[in-house]
Amino acid sequence: MRRQKISEKFGELRERKEGGLICYVMAGDPSVEATGEIVKALENGGADIIEIGFPFSDPVADGLTIQAAGQRALAAGMSIQRYFDLIKDLDVQVPLVCMTYYNPVFRYGVDKFIERASEAGISGLIIPDIPIEETADLKKSCEKNGLDLIFLIAPTTTDERVRKILERGSGFLYLVSRLGVTGTRENVSSSTNELLSRVETEIPKAVGFGISTGRQANEVIQAGADAVIVGSAFVRIIEEGQNVNEKLEALARDLKYSILNAS
Amino acid sequence: MAETKVSESQTKGSYSNELAGSKTGNITQVRGKYGKYGGQYVPEVLMPALEELEKGYERYKNDSKFIAELEHYLRDFAGRKTPLYFARNLSKKYGSKIYLKREDLVHGGAHKLNNAIGQALLAKYMGKTRLIAETGAGQHGTATAMVGANLGFETIVYMGAKDVKRQQMNTYRMKLMGTEVKAISTGSKTLKDAINEAFRDWVTNIVNTHYLIGSVVGPYPYPMIVRDFQSVIGREVKEQIMGKEGRMPDSIIACAGGGSNAMGIFHPFVEDKEVKLIAVEAGGKGLKCTEKAAFHSACLCAGEEGILHGALTKVLQDKNGQILESESVSAGLDYSGVGPELAYLAESRRVTALYATDDEAVEAFHELSRLEGIIPALESSHALAYLKKAAENGELGDIVVVNLSGRGDKDLETVLSFKRGI
Ligand SMILES: Cc1ncc(COP(=O)(O)O)c(C=O)c1O
Repeated sequence: MRRQKISEKFGELRERKEGGLICYVMAGDPSVEATGEIVKALENGGADIIEIGFPFSDPVADGLTIQAAGQRALAAGMSIQRYFDLIKDLDVQVPLVCMTYYNPVFRYGVDKFIERASEAGISGLIIPDIPIEETADLKKSCEKNGLDLIFLIAPTTTDERVRKILERGSGFLYLVSRLGVTGTRENVSSSTNELLSRVETEIPKAVGFGISTGRQANEVIQAGADAVIVGSAFVRIIEEGQNVNEKLEALARDLKYSILNAS
Repeated sequence: MAETKVSESQTKGSYSNELAGSKTGNITQVRGKYGKYGGQYVPEVLMPALEELEKGYERYKNDSKFIAELEHYLRDFAGRKTPLYFARNLSKKYGSKIYLKREDLVHGGAHKLNNAIGQALLAKYMGKTRLIAETGAGQHGTATAMVGANLGFETIVYMGAKDVKRQQMNTYRMKLMGTEVKAISTGSKTLKDAINEAFRDWVTNIVNTHYLIGSVVGPYPYPMIVRDFQSVIGREVKEQIMGKEGRMPDSIIACAGGGSNAMGIFHPFVEDKEVKLIAVEAGGKGLKCTEKAAFHSACLCAGEEGILHGALTKVLQDKNGQILESESVSAGLDYSGVGPELAYLAESRRVTALYATDDEAVEAFHELSRLEGIIPALESSHALAYLKKAAENGELGDIVVVNLSGRGDKDLETVLSFKRGI
C-alpha cells in the first residue's frame, strides 16, 4: 500500500480547508507487535500524519510520560533494525515521521539512517536536540533521499533564527506551544498565538507540546495553525493499558472532530 | 577532521582565552568546537539562552568589578590560594618529587566551588534569580548550595535517587544551606539522569534561571566557562612550582570524570609542551561492557564518538546509540561522557588518557592517608593511583604535580563497605 508524503497530505488538507491532526507514539511501546495496531487505530480515528518515536536513553526534551514510554520500548528490545522493519510493515497510508534524538542517528551513520528510513517508507525526520547550525549533513542526506527535515521553533527563538530555520525546513514546522518539555497541560499559552503570527511562511505550521484535548486543538487551529500535534495524551493511554486501541481511536476521532469544527 | 580551533590568548586576570568557531550568522558555521568535538546539540528553546550566556560571559569576564568580586570570593570565601604541598613521604616511596595541589582544602572540600562561585556571580550579574544544578557525588551540589545561600539565589539541585542514598551527608549539607534537593528516579537514577532533569527544568524556566553545570561538559559555552573558572588551579600551580623549583614540572596528573579539575590544572600548561599532562579515568571493575552497562567510566580510554548532554564527545554507548550506564567506586567520576575539549586534547595526544580501577584507587586512598595524613577523595585517588604504576614502569618524571581535587571525608562509608574496609 502506498504511503502519502507530507506535502501531499498538507496539499489535500489545504484543498479541503481543514486542519490536520498529527499523532505521536513511541515505537515498541509496550512491544514491537503492539505498535502495528496502535498506529492503525490512530489512522482509523482520523490521524493525518503519525510520528513514530525511536527511543533514546537520555531524552532531554521529553516529559515523564514519553520518557517512560522510551524506557518501556528499550526494555522490550527496540533497536534501529527492528524500528525500520516495523515501519516497513505498517499497514497505513498516512505519512509517517521519525522522531528521535541525534545520537542514535549519528551513531548509526547519518546517511545510512536516512537511506534506511526512506526505504522503510518514512517521509520526514524530527530531531529535537539538534539546532539548525549543526544540520548541514542531515539536510543534504534528507534531500537526496526525499525526506523532509522538520524543525522546531520555540517561543524563545529569535526572528533571526526563525529566518534561518525557514531556509532549511520542509514538510512542516513544529511550533513549540510553550517553554518546557513534552507532556499534557491545561492551557494553550498565549505564546502560541504570538509565535503563530511571528512565523510567516508557506510551510505548514503544526503546534505541539502540551496539547491533549479537543478544546485545546480547536483553539490552536483557530489561532491559525495548520495542524495540531498530540503525543503524551496517546502515550498515556498506552501506558494505562486498558482497551488501548479503542481509546486511541476515540481520542483521535475527538481531536479531529474539534479540529474540523475550527477549520 | 576540520580544525576549527582558532585563537588562544591569555591575559592576566582575565578568565577567558579560547574562543572557537565563528560568530557570524551563517547557517553553515558551527560554534564552540574543539576539533570535531563540542558544539551545541540542544533543543531549539535553549539556543537563545546559550547565546545570552556567552554574551554575558564575554561582557563580564573582563569587567573589573566582576573580577574584583570573583577574586574576593575565591580568597575569603573559598580559601584560595590553595597550597602546593610537597609530599615528602610519598616522594620518598616513589623516588620523585611529588607535589599535591591542595584543592581538598577549598571550602566544601573540593575544587567544585571555584566554578560554582564564578558561574553564580555571572548569573547574578546577568540578573538571574534562580540556580539549578546537577550533582553526582554531591560535591558540586554542595558548592552550588554554598554560593546559592551566600548570594541569595533560590537553589535547586537535581541528584539521581541512587546518589542521594549513597551520598547522604552531602544531601543533608545541601538541605541545611536551604537548597532543595530533587531526587531523580528515571533512567539509571545517577548523574546523567540528574543532568537530563536539569536541562528539562532549564527549558521550562529559562527566563529567570541559570543552569550551573558542574564540569567542563554540556553545550558551548559551558566547557569554556567552566574550564576558565577552574583554570585558577593551574595558574596558581605554575606560579608555585616556579617559586619552589624554578622550573616547570615534568608531569601533571589529574583524575577525569567530566574533566573540570583536569582542564583546570592542565589549561595554563597546554602550550608548555615539555609538561606531560595525564588524565586518569575511572576504570571501575575493568574496561568491559554488557549490553546495558559498562563496568567503568573511562570515556577517553574506551568510549566512542557520540552526542550526550549537548556536546559531541567520547561517550559510553551501545551500537544503537543508547548511552550505557557507567560504573565507578567514586560517584564523582561515575559518568558516561567527558568534556569535549579533553576528548580533543586526548585525541591529539596532548593529554595522555589512562585509567585506574576501583581496587587501585582504593589502595591509593589508603596509601595517602597513611603516608601523608591526608585523606583524599576517591576521585582524586584515581590520579594518585597513577604514581605507583608510573614509578614501576620508570615513567614518573623528576617533578610531578598531582591535583588533589577533593578530600575523602565523604567517602568513608564507601571505603568501609569496600572489600578491604578501613
Ligand atoms: C573531588 C572530586 N574530584 C573530581 C571530580 C570529578 O569531576 P571533574 O572530572 O569535573 O573534575 C569530582 C566530582 O564530583 C569530585 O568531587
